[in-house]
Amino acid sequence: MATGSNASSETSDLKGVAKRALWTALVAAGLFGPFIGLLTQQNMRNQLVLTTRPALFVTLVLAVVAIRLFVDLPVRWRGYLAAGAGAVLIVVAIAYLFSGGDPAITRPLAEIYGVVGGLLLLTGLSYSVYRGAAGRAGAVAAKIAGSNTFASLMLGALVAFPLATLYFKGAGASIKWVDNFGIQILIYVMLGWGLNIVVGLAGLLDLGYVAFYAVGAYSYALLAKEFGLSFWILLPLAGILAAFWGIILGFPVLRLRGDYLAIVTLAFGEIIRLVLINWVDFSNGYAGISGIPRPTFFGIPFNASETGFAAQISNFVRWVAVHLGAPPDSYWATYTLPFSPIYRTIFLYYVILCLALLTAYVTIRLRRMPVGRAWEALREDEIACRSLGINTTNTKLTAFSLGAMFGGFAGAFFAARQGFISPESFTFIESAQILAIVVLGGMGSLYGVVIAAIALVGGFELMRELDFLKLLFGPDFDPTQYRTLLFGAAMVLIMLWKPRGLISTREPTAFLKERKAVSGSHVQEGHG
Amino acid sequence: MNRWESAPLLKVEHLTMRFGGLVAVNDLSFTVGEGDITALIGPNGAGKTTVFNCITGFYKPTEGRIGLRHGSLQAWTALDSLTAKSDRKAKVPNGALFLLERMPDYQVSATAKVARTFQNIRLFQGMTILENLLVAQHNPLMVASGFTVLGILGIGGYRKAEKAAVERAKYWLDRIGLTDRADDPAGALPYGAQRRLEIARAMCTSPVLLCLDEPAAGLNHRESAELNTLLLEIREREKTSILLIEHDMSVVMEISDHVVVLDYGTKISDGSADHVRNDQKVIAAYLGVADDEVAAAEAEVAL
Repeated sequence: MATGSNASSETSDLKGVAKRALWTALVAAGLFGPFIGLLTQQNMRNQLVLTTRPALFVTLVLAVVAIRLFVDLPVRWRGYLAAGAGAVLIVVAIAYLFSGGDPAITRPLAEIYGVVGGLLLLTGLSYSVYRGAAGRAGAVAAKIAGSNTFASLMLGALVAFPLATLYFKGAGASIKWVDNFGIQILIYVMLGWGLNIVVGLAGLLDLGYVAFYAVGAYSYALLAKEFGLSFWILLPLAGILAAFWGIILGFPVLRLRGDYLAIVTLAFGEIIRLVLINWVDFSNGYAGISGIPRPTFFGIPFNASETGFAAQISNFVRWVAVHLGAPPDSYWATYTLPFSPIYRTIFLYYVILCLALLTAYVTIRLRRMPVGRAWEALREDEIACRSLGINTTNTKLTAFSLGAMFGGFAGAFFAARQGFISPESFTFIESAQILAIVVLGGMGSLYGVVIAAIALVGGFELMRELDFLKLLFGPDFDPTQYRTLLFGAAMVLIMLWKPRGLISTREPTAFLKERKAVSGSHVQEGHG
Repeated sequence: MNRWESAPLLKVEHLTMRFGGLVAVNDLSFTVGEGDITALIGPNGAGKTTVFNCITGFYKPTEGRIGLRHGSLQAWTALDSLTAKSDRKAKVPNGALFLLERMPDYQVSATAKVARTFQNIRLFQGMTILENLLVAQHNPLMVASGFTVLGILGIGGYRKAEKAAVERAKYWLDRIGLTDRADDPAGALPYGAQRRLEIARAMCTSPVLLCLDEPAAGLNHRESAELNTLLLEIREREKTSILLIEHDMSVVMEISDHVVVLDYGTKISDGSADHVRNDQKVIAAYLGVADDEVAAAEAEVAL
């Protein structure tokens, strides 16, 4: 319980907090005033006119003050602060409802304010009133997430996802969900898991991982176009070629550590991209390669023709129905599946799901093998590894080539899905994003990579859906333009809050009595 | 006759190591007897760790040769012909001979079976104690898993081999008294336990020669005494010879059969613990006095 002296020191604390909040508000107002509050635009007569954006300006200043207060205030007060902000939002929402304005604008605004305000109020109150409950909930959640049942449930959800969206949203609308969210996120999950072998397990900082992605994509594109080989032959071939390039990169960088390794791998990624741009005879340069053959359903193309997937399925269903004795004019005997591009998308979704799961399975198996333990030992202490008779050259090369192989698989899949590739898809920013997924997720953690990929890739896709923000900030507001800003902010926040990534504990690969997760504070990050 | 003369396991001959203009080790020759505990002592900066790094392959010596014998004493007859052949290893009936200065560091441990520990402990801190001991058995497990290929497909005896490796790890955990902490990260162990774990990890590579770089540094009296027992037991039960660098004279004098003293990279004394203890040069090197003042200095410290 708080004693008298504690209470008085708390009051003086609160005075300081209020003072700092005021200063923050002043600095924010001073900065945001010219940058955000004022906008110069050209009018019809090519004149510059000054417009003001008071709503955006006030919102941002209040947001900054709220963050300052949240950081400064004693833990107990934070919940009340959030609850207070929620209450204010709810009042605003009610005011909108009864303002008598155009319901097309006020209704959605009131809904958004109401929902966000309600959530803030509830979480804030429960946080302050039931302190400690959050910690217990976290422990329970971790236990659930570690169980096999949870893993199989998640797997079931992943398998059901495209079929469920197809059922609920219809063929046309579900493409966006399966393609932009499902496939896009799974590609990055797979790339993250591939890079995780190199960075997370072996502790070798690779800033040029996208090079192997490019090798896989171009291998598939060129070999499929020039020789007409099928996707299923080229998929392993692309992986092997990428692994080969992994070894090529691995040899010169074997002696390099830390910053030097990072610089050389970065340069390697750029070299591959520049070669693809400049060797026009080979790769068609900037123009890229278009018309890449799309994968077929084991020989059946996904098109509207008589031999296409939809027609074949219809034929098959009718054939089965007739043979099972259905009347000739019944529903099943005259069944026709209409052609839709969604079937290919769903097929691609399952292909990338299988590839990603293969990556995870191999990683999990390899961690329990001597080579996997040697990777982690290499990350922990390379000199000690050598003193125990581990050939660090081979160990590093296997890590590089295996990571590269999975990058190559993902690249081949990417080319097959897009039907068009150009060097623009393989810039450094891609490498940075994959690395960010691995680092944010927690180095070495498979679950962490999934969470980070959903947050980063899915989060950006979700920003396209935030149309309601236009009501707040005006019709010109495009949330996707704030991608990089949010990306940076997320990085800073994670580095402050969880410097070792979202899941920093390490699962041991063997145990005598009980499997105890190793705290992240003991785990080394590798020196290159 | 002494074991280091009658049955040498390791022969260091004319070893010289220069770093630019600095001569860290100068024309050093000594032998390590089979089954002996040999101590390498000397004041700070005498070049002891450099000698260790040369033996274990972390440094390539500027001059000299380092021979190691497996099995029969007959192996030494092949030393000169092996040196002439620019080869690393010679097989003889019932044995083999290695030239360590020609081998890369990991091979010194993997094929010549020389294990080492480090002055500043180098454990895999983020891995559990059991995992540390499993990593040490990397090479046999690698073979058992068909270089990963068979293991990942579930073919062959990897499961069995891993079980045997865990059994071996258990044996060593029992020996160093860490069985209860097998599933804790190595970084969470207290200092003395980390030292013991590093020795156990080195022993899991089944070495013929165990090189310990200041194993008693930072240990208290009781831990130091436990270490003595552990080292004596390793020699008795595992038949592993031990070469150690040590500053703690209670360890050196109590358990060493053979002591080699270095000063400024040169050997100044070589013999049994008693011989070295009474060597004027050693006393001079340690106490930093001229030879004629040794008697006075001795009287002062009541030696």
